[in-house]
Amino acid sequence: MKTIKDIGIVGYGAYVPMYRIKNSDIARVWGNDPIRVPVKEKSVPGPDEDACTIACEAARNAILRAALDPKKLGAVWVGTESKPYAVKPTATIVAEVIGATPLINAADWEFACKAGTEALQGALGYVGSGMSDYAMAIGVDTAQGQPADALEYTAAAGGSAMIVGPASEALATYEASCSFVTDTPDFWRRQYEHYPKHASRFTGMPAYFYHITNAAKNLCSEVGKEPNDFDYVIFHQPNAKFPMAAAGMLGVDKEKVIPGLISPYIGNTYAGSAVLGLAAVFDVAKPGDTVLCVSYGSGAGSDAFSFTMTDKIDEVRNNAPNVKSYIGRRVSIDYATYARYRQKIRM
Amino acid sequence: MSVPRHWRESVKRYRLIGSKCKACGKVHYPERTVCPLCKSRELEPFQFKGNGKIYSYTIIWAPPEGYEYCKPYAAALVELEEGEIVTTQLTDCDLEKIEIGMPVEIVLRKLFAYGESGIIVYGYKFRPVLPIL
Ligand SMILES: [Zn+2]
Repeated sequence: MKTIKDIGIVGYGAYVPMYRIKNSDIARVWGNDPIRVPVKEKSVPGPDEDACTIACEAARNAILRAALDPKKLGAVWVGTESKPYAVKPTATIVAEVIGATPLINAADWEFACKAGTEALQGALGYVGSGMSDYAMAIGVDTAQGQPADALEYTAAAGGSAMIVGPASEALATYEASCSFVTDTPDFWRRQYEHYPKHASRFTGMPAYFYHITNAAKNLCSEVGKEPNDFDYVIFHQPNAKFPMAAAGMLGVDKEKVIPGLISPYIGNTYAGSAVLGLAAVFDVAKPGDTVLCVSYGSGAGSDAFSFTMTDKIDEVRNNAPNVKSYIGRRVSIDYATYARYRQKIRM
Repeated sequence: MSVPRHWRESVKRYRLIGSKCKACGKVHYPERTVCPLCKSRELEPFQFKGNGKIYSYTIIWAPPEGYEYCKPYAAALVELEEGEIVTTQLTDCDLEKIEIGMPVEIVLRKLFAYGESGIIVYGYKFRPVLPIL
């Protein structure tokens, strides 16, 4: 898919909470092998943080890099599965906090872990069609795994905001994108349930890998490239292994995946995952570098995007904290503190 | 506090919007209708940047109802760059490492929630300035 107008990313911003719990500590509590764990540690939101507060800081950072008057935004869209309210948009709060109201479209998007890139597809279309000059898409989650479940090791918190605008102001120009979707019940959460359910091994081949590789291949054939032609490749990161395996299947060199691979340090930030990886790549990419970003959301589907970095990236990169700073700001907490912060103890 | 009252105050609490005296230039937070310095009634809205340093602080072990979820926490007076002092809660900080004069910056956080079914009240807090790597 391509847009009518020439557009790109004019600002981006990340946020990761500072608390971490080690996977070995979770394994210790539940009597599992502390060596065979999916990631080293995962981020945990503080007691006063939620998807809304994380979205706000990511959004502010994106505004700083874009040096944009927030009133010029035509949309603020938040992709998340951890909305603070079941009914009441998160996006209206974010729009108010950054000073973008009231002449703006604001809404929350939902598609498991690809809600953030779904919102980004929407923003690209909104700006690419000329309906608005600028639109902000945020992918954010404070994911919860059921205590003792396999997902508890990775379900983490973080988010990233992207501002789409004219190509002439872009730090990365947009080339094309692809969405690849099927009805696949690999992961779900029913109404009024606290924790999601998943179909265990079913989450790999027919779910994650099938959609990621097909979205990537279809995008590549549209732009006449091979996946390994890109300088940086980001995949959705449910753990440390899956993105590397996806790279292997698509013939992508592993070193192209490493700069955007943050799950080993902070876990799976769900709707924040692919877009945080994208932000980490923007933090280090040079003008002219090409970037392939492929998300995955259970249910299931993938969005793939092709970007090219411009000279502007060097000017704006340091106008807000980078992903590395947030990953480096870490305070280790034990399982008991984690259980309190995440309200896993019901009183 | 009622939902309408929260709503009326939310924007000022989200973005730290106070007032500035057109006569003498003094900035205030929260906003004033009369300048306490020169008694002028000519004031305009003023957006604070949200950077400052700790003027004084205390550790709260017995918080008011609704704030137990984050106790113990630090309540502080923060002297803003623009020269006004605001009362705030500190977050994301090691209580043993807080010092008078420590640089802090604004963040938006959850202040409290009315139980499981009421509204969630968001507002500013301050945290130690994020070190850039
Ligand atoms: Zn005055």
